[in-house]
Amino acid sequence: MAEKQNSNFFPPKYADAIVGLSAKEQEAIKKKYESMKFEVGEAIGVVAAQSISEPATQTTLRSYHAEGRTQLVTTKGLPRLIEIFDARKMPKTPTMEIYLDAENNTLEKAREIAAKIRETKLKQLISEDSLDMINMRAEIVLDREQMSASETNVEEIMNILKKNLRSANITGEQNKIYIELKKKDFDVRELQATRIKARTIYIKGIKGISQIIIEKVKNDWVIRTLGSSLRRVLKIKGVNTIRTTSNNIFEVADVLGIEAARNAIVKETIDTMREQGVDTDIRHLLLVADVMTNTASISAIGRYGLAGRKASVLSRANFEETVKHLTYAAVAGEIDPLESVIENIIVGNLAPIGTGIVKLAVKEDEADGKK
Amino acid sequence: MATVKELQFKLISPAMVKKIAVMNVNVSDVYDADAYPVEGGVMDPKLGVIDPGMRCRTCGGKLGECTGHFGYIELSRPVINILYIKQIKSLLTYTCFECGGLLVDKDRLKNIKTFDDLKAFKPAAKCPKCGKAQEKIRLDKPSTFVRGKHALTPVEIREQFEKIKDGDLAAMKFLGGRPEWLILTLLLVPPITTRPSITLETGDRSEDDLTHKIVDIIRINKRLADNLEIGAPDFILEDLWELLQYHVSTFFNNELSGVPPARHRSGRALKTLSQRLKTKDGRFRHNLTGKRVNFSARTVVSPDPNISVNDVGVPEVIAKELTVPIKVTKHNLEFMRELVKNGPNVHPGANYVIRPEGMRKKILKDNSATLAEELIPGCIVERHMMDGDVVLFNRQPSLHRMSVMAHHVRVMNGKTFRVNLCVCKPYNADFDGDEMNLHFPQTAEARAEAEELMLVEKNMRSPRFGGPVLGCDQDYISGAYLLTRKGTSFSKKDVVQMLANSLALENEIAEELLSQNKKEYTGKEIFSMVLPKGLNARYKGTVGCEECEGNCKHNGEVVIENGILKHGVIDSKGIASFKGNVLDAVDAQFGHARARLFLDQVTRLISEVMMRKGFSISVQDIDLPAKTKRDINNIIDRQFAAMEAHIEQYRKGKMECFPGRTAEQTLEDLILEEVWKITNEVQKVVRENAEPTDALIMAKTGARGNIQNLAYMAALIGQEMIGGRRIFRGYKNRTTSHFPRDVLGPDAHGFVRSSFIQGLTPAEFFFEVMKGREGLMDVALKTKVSGYMQRRLINALQDLKVNNDWTVKDSEGTIIQFVPGEDGIDPAKSDFGTLDRKLKTE
Repeated sequence: MAEKQNSNFFPPKYADAIVGLSAKEQEAIKKKYESMKFEVGEAIGVVAAQSISEPATQTTLRSYHAEGRTQLVTTKGLPRLIEIFDARKMPKTPTMEIYLDAENNTLEKAREIAAKIRETKLKQLISEDSLDMINMRAEIVLDREQMSASETNVEEIMNILKKNLRSANITGEQNKIYIELKKKDFDVRELQATRIKARTIYIKGIKGISQIIIEKVKNDWVIRTLGSSLRRVLKIKGVNTIRTTSNNIFEVADVLGIEAARNAIVKETIDTMREQGVDTDIRHLLLVADVMTNTASISAIGRYGLAGRKASVLSRANFEETVKHLTYAAVAGEIDPLESVIENIIVGNLAPIGTGIVKLAVKEDEADGKK
Repeated sequence: MATVKELQFKLISPAMVKKIAVMNVNVSDVYDADAYPVEGGVMDPKLGVIDPGMRCRTCGGKLGECTGHFGYIELSRPVINILYIKQIKSLLTYTCFECGGLLVDKDRLKNIKTFDDLKAFKPAAKCPKCGKAQEKIRLDKPSTFVRGKHALTPVEIREQFEKIKDGDLAAMKFLGGRPEWLILTLLLVPPITTRPSITLETGDRSEDDLTHKIVDIIRINKRLADNLEIGAPDFILEDLWELLQYHVSTFFNNELSGVPPARHRSGRALKTLSQRLKTKDGRFRHNLTGKRVNFSARTVVSPDPNISVNDVGVPEVIAKELTVPIKVTKHNLEFMRELVKNGPNVHPGANYVIRPEGMRKKILKDNSATLAEELIPGCIVERHMMDGDVVLFNRQPSLHRMSVMAHHVRVMNGKTFRVNLCVCKPYNADFDGDEMNLHFPQTAEARAEAEELMLVEKNMRSPRFGGPVLGCDQDYISGAYLLTRKGTSFSKKDVVQMLANSLALENEIAEELLSQNKKEYTGKEIFSMVLPKGLNARYKGTVGCEECEGNCKHNGEVVIENGILKHGVIDSKGIASFKGNVLDAVDAQFGHARARLFLDQVTRLISEVMMRKGFSISVQDIDLPAKTKRDINNIIDRQFAAMEAHIEQYRKGKMECFPGRTAEQTLEDLILEEVWKITNEVQKVVRENAEPTDALIMAKTGARGNIQNLAYMAALIGQEMIGGRRIFRGYKNRTTSHFPRDVLGPDAHGFVRSSFIQGLTPAEFFFEVMKGREGLMDVALKTKVSGYMQRRLINALQDLKVNNDWTVKDSEGTIIQFVPGEDGIDPAKSDFGTLDRKLKTE
């Protein structure tokens, strides 16, 4: 039946590729395609799951081993894979890969954008700071070079400090800033605490972007960041909004939509596996990504995601939280339709998958040889 | 075959309890003085039989016929069913305690799908029906509900639930029965067969945990009843009631938070109902999803290079034990007679005869002749496993589908399963004591399916990446190199002998080449003799061209034209699993069966080559020339100096930090960079200067090991790292007492300057062992994590299949993909995941 219904289907990707070949060659390719098609009943899900996790168990998916010059230290290998399948709201090490527009594809522009997005705290702009015990105030000397690199000035910083340190008077001269506490009798320790607090005050950039590396990849200047905020970065002029990506799948879904998130899952998983030297067909990961994003939101592989939503009581009970699912089913008067694999194994039926979906009918008189 | 269509889950009503129970269990004694079960007690023979020879007092069935019967306990006061504590709370919260009316507008509940969704709503403060103000319900763990300040008794809860209207329940999606059934008045006692007692060797009986628990319940229930009757003071009654609640609760679940688990005399917590179902060794995962099977065998595996990859050698003892039912027809009557005559002890024999009327007769030494005589068409003979039978073969852990494959049987001497070496990869087997399992399919359908879908050769191409998973390994690779490299040749006599031993004499190319009657045949010609005629392949090998001295007209590629190896040597890229290009080409151009034949023949051929050539390594092989050793030392010294310079900079505080890194981190980065330079340069020196020994051949061809391994042995081991860093753990400010404190140099932090040939210093040895231990721990921890990931992935995806209309749907019928894999190509049949690797896509 399937053969008939899809006999005309030929993947567009390959249809494009065979343009220009001779008719005979095209025919041969099409015939080859027919021989490669999925069989009806194929347990495509199990095969995908095995193809992902078998190499994960077999090879030691190393999570470190960075050779040579330091790169951004990101989660890799098995922990990263699990992180993706768990659909964590925030990955352990969110990163972005920022590409630039064709006309802005220069090191200078990359540096400029990098300076803009990098989260800058006061301590990064300080060349010297100390407690002035005579005047009972904290004294901060700002670094001119750092300030200009971050495109800020003393006034701006003072304004930010004033907003954030309500309990203190902020005064300044040239590139010095003084912090005095407003209240009269105070401990030196309080002043010290204020000084330390001041050091960590956020001045500029995008919050969370703590580290930046600029690299040349082939012809492109790429800004890699530790910390991620797609929404804000995509608004920056000069950023290539098509190629710029984040490894935070929820963020991608939020900013670019669920289809983008689905592609992000595929990209992240296959990159993680390839980096470990594991060759897995992309179709398996496409399937996983499709399953995870099927409901238009990202659901995890696990008890709170897909497994907890299945139609079958027995299947859910078999996975995790057995008693919870059984008691719940009783209260709801649930009916297990016994339509997929595990339930049927449990009750002792033939599972409706693979050759199990085929029913054999024998004409009895023929079988007995009578005709 | 009878099949279960669907399964409904519901609550059980007291009326139903009475109906299915056969007796009231109300005696707490189990056995009387004569060790007979007490009537009315928990082991009353009316509840089922567990002793052989006894008959059930209810149904008259023997052990195995009677599945057991339920009893019941009439609880003196109702108690809460602890499993439904959450649902009880919801019901209390969302219904009026006065009139049982719903506290949420019915219309608003229209869209809820499950009872749980109720939680999204806020209950009204006043009952919309009777106007009574509602008070907050609080659950006082473990099982007391408090309304406002008043603690509710199960009796009160039950009264409230009785008032709830059926329509309201339906609106709340409470469809499994009446809510008052969640408060137990009658307790169902499971049959004896679910809680059999064990007779110990001493003759003592040891009762099941559930039995103990039921006895406890009966005892307390009785006491409460007695106290109620004599009108005992309230506080005594309350205590007893609470105690009854405790026992009933722990009967259902003995791992409740805030409740001390009921314990056995020995202090072990009892395994009650919930515990029986839960987790890996609970009913579900242990007995329902995973079942024990008959017609299976398990033993150690050992290699046999002379059998086909499709075969498995089965010890005769196993073959005589595993049988298959064969219907006797007039066509096979004589043969079957022979088997029956041989009986159970002579190998191709039989163990049972089933007469057409259904009588099952065991074949013994003295009745085999008569049984053979009496054999007629229509009988079924359970004959021994024989050569050519199809069996399933498996090695755990079964991580992918190639962990179970079908083999053809070859009955053999010895006590181990024999396997061809080329199937080691998919099973991940070696022969250091690995055991494997064998299953004998019993029906014609099963055998046909196994042969058509699961046979080893049909699983040659991995569904993971679309390349071969079967293939040669280790010495087969070295041997292929020795055979096909320049200068290898054998006399015709040798060639004929080798091909004969490889069962390849009749190959088309072999016949063609041999009929040329040359005196000597080159290795490439000999290799071609096992290739199918018409094979074409071109690929880059790992070794590359060793023949053309610089200007190779084939770009260093291996070239096979029309089945003749024209150029290049065969190495791991040619015939190894995962990457074998020749293997892949034969499979793609000539099919699985031909590829299997090629594999069978090429492995035997290479064995013959290796027997004639010999292959071994010694310590001398990995020794380097004196000059090379000096070069290596120079590299190390130079880099050490560079590292010292970095440390000097750091000490002076003049470190220029990398962006986002501290001075310490920068120093570490720099040192590691210098260390890598040592490793890489030394590797290069070793590669360029190592003698062309067998050890180098193994590394070069990809048979086993790599240049780095050689460098470890010959040159140096290099930096030992733990957790991606140099080694810092140990004593205060130093790793071991061999070093002064606060030294940052390479030696003190795990740099091993020696090679295995030189031998390691004590400190170096210790670092090496530290790394080794980390590796061991890593493996131990990682298997757990990835095992769980696999379980979750499989669970999430197991219901997905390609449907008749070529869509992929999940168990709820939602379409996941409209065309499987987006382009409909099954990777297991693809050309490394594409339609054709030569086609340019994207």
